[in-house]
Amino acid sequence: MQKSIQFVRSKTFLIHFILIMGSIVMLFPFVWMILTSLKTYAESIQVPPVMIPEDFQWKNYQEVFTLLPFFKFMMNTFIVTVLRTAGQLFLCSLAAYAFARIVFPGRNLLFVLALSVLMVPGQVFLLPQYMIMVKLGWLNTLQAVVVPGLFSAFGTFLLRQFFMGLPKELEEAARLDGCNHFQIYWRIMLPLAKPGLIALGIFTILWSWNELMWPMIVNSSPEAMTLAVGLSSLQGQYGTNYPILMAGSFLAVLPMLILFIILQKQFIEGIAITGGK
Amino acid sequence: MEPLPLQVETKRKLHVLSYASTKKRSDYLWAYIMIAPTMIGLFVFYLWPMLQTFYFSFTEWGAFGTYEWIGLKNYTRMLTDVNLLQSFKNTGIYILCTVPLGIFLSILVAVLLNQKIKGTTIYRTLYFLPVITMPAAIAMVWKWLYNSDFGLLNYLLSFIGIEGPQWLTNPNIALYSIIAVAIWSGIGYNMVIFLSGLQGIPKTYYEAAEMDGAGPVTMFFKITLPLLSPVIFFVSIMSLIGAFQFFDLIFMMISKSSTALENTQSIVYLFYQHAFVLNDKGYAAAIAVLLLVVILIITVIQMALQKKWVHYD
Repeated sequence: MQKSIQFVRSKTFLIHFILIMGSIVMLFPFVWMILTSLKTYAESIQVPPVMIPEDFQWKNYQEVFTLLPFFKFMMNTFIVTVLRTAGQLFLCSLAAYAFARIVFPGRNLLFVLALSVLMVPGQVFLLPQYMIMVKLGWLNTLQAVVVPGLFSAFGTFLLRQFFMGLPKELEEAARLDGCNHFQIYWRIMLPLAKPGLIALGIFTILWSWNELMWPMIVNSSPEAMTLAVGLSSLQGQYGTNYPILMAGSFLAVLPMLILFIILQKQFIEGIAITGGK
Repeated sequence: MEPLPLQVETKRKLHVLSYASTKKRSDYLWAYIMIAPTMIGLFVFYLWPMLQTFYFSFTEWGAFGTYEWIGLKNYTRMLTDVNLLQSFKNTGIYILCTVPLGIFLSILVAVLLNQKIKGTTIYRTLYFLPVITMPAAIAMVWKWLYNSDFGLLNYLLSFIGIEGPQWLTNPNIALYSIIAVAIWSGIGYNMVIFLSGLQGIPKTYYEAAEMDGAGPVTMFFKITLPLLSPVIFFVSIMSLIGAFQFFDLIFMMISKSSTALENTQSIVYLFYQHAFVLNDKGYAAAIAVLLLVVILIITVIQMALQKKWVHYD
């Protein structure tokens, strides 16, 4: 008896030990990012390294905003993220409802067409998408980033799975009451698909906030840059000034960090849903 | 009851029929209205571009956005393109390291977090942090940690008497340095998916096995792993497709003039170079098509192999 308690204890200890070591590896780069962002340039290149800066250099953060229109980048990223997320949630759920709940000619064919987009790596679309933006004269505008991101085969597929799992009776009752399909979708189905909507929302938010390649291709002027692109240009200009670069990085990460801390449960469940199906 | 005269009967039927068909027609109309925005968007920005890319892969581009048909030349050019071959090799190494190792580590963390211990929520949050973090920022902080003059990593290594290498500029090491970062940033995502898979395994299985005297290792291999195999399969397909497209970290961490670029650039990096830097759009399109074909073939192979190791109830 005594022995088995000891065994359990040492097993628990071992698990915690491994997890804590892992946590340090996970967390440390963030800590280092923040610490470096508060150092003077001289402190940052001192050998042996300075762990805690003598005076916190908050002006590094100020400097990021004066060196580049960083506030503009933040606003741009915010606008792109909000519009894409709201747009996808509405448009995908609308299409997903029809695919899941209405029988209509051509349904399977159209659905397979939408699915085929899912199978194809993004680079296959990039060139022609870029040329569409050139033709529309949308280069260096926010809509170039927003508009293609409003439509998602993935989102439609994910939400369709959700709608298919809902009981049919609800809908039939509503139909007898004379509701049309939009009313059924809006009043009955949408509230029931909330976990799916949250999952898609979180997925889209993360993707929009963090994406690098597409915004970089279409927007090279600071006016319409997003944060990820802004960071890359910050790096281009202040290549070795790591306190400044770390301050910029931390600022770019901070909004998602705050959102994650507030909505932890939703983030993790959302990811589990998009992955687990 | 007297049967209705034939005429009345037919009339009623017709009435019912036409009612049903108007209802049906209104159903169709609603369906088309509801799918229209997404389908039109997908068509304009995804499906049509897909066809265009196929077409462009047979063209060569001039300076002012003009292009001409050159048949299969882009594809034959690939056969002798040393850079492309190298980028395939790099991507292959990247995949072979990140996918299995990433899956192994995230299963390990998920299994540990699935035990009856305190603090699982905090651990889960910490491991998940890199998932929500912008790859550009991740690249930046790791570049700083890897810095060969002032980086923390080499300083720490000096304590145990190792002279740290040039992590990002040594052509033999740079790719592996990036791979380490990619694994680090991907563990949390897969861990969450595995964790929800693990929570779906009935506790009674373990209880029964315990009564039969099975140890934790036996239980892991006889119960956990087989029952988790559908999730492992799913994650491996998704990780593989993701790994094929890796770009952000190389773009941010390896400078364009670096000697290590050749040994780190991925297929997608090369695509980006040809499409948007070198204005060699026809060839870029051919690279994109090749990427699609390779991903499809490998996914089909994985699908075929799954019967051998994936257990569905």
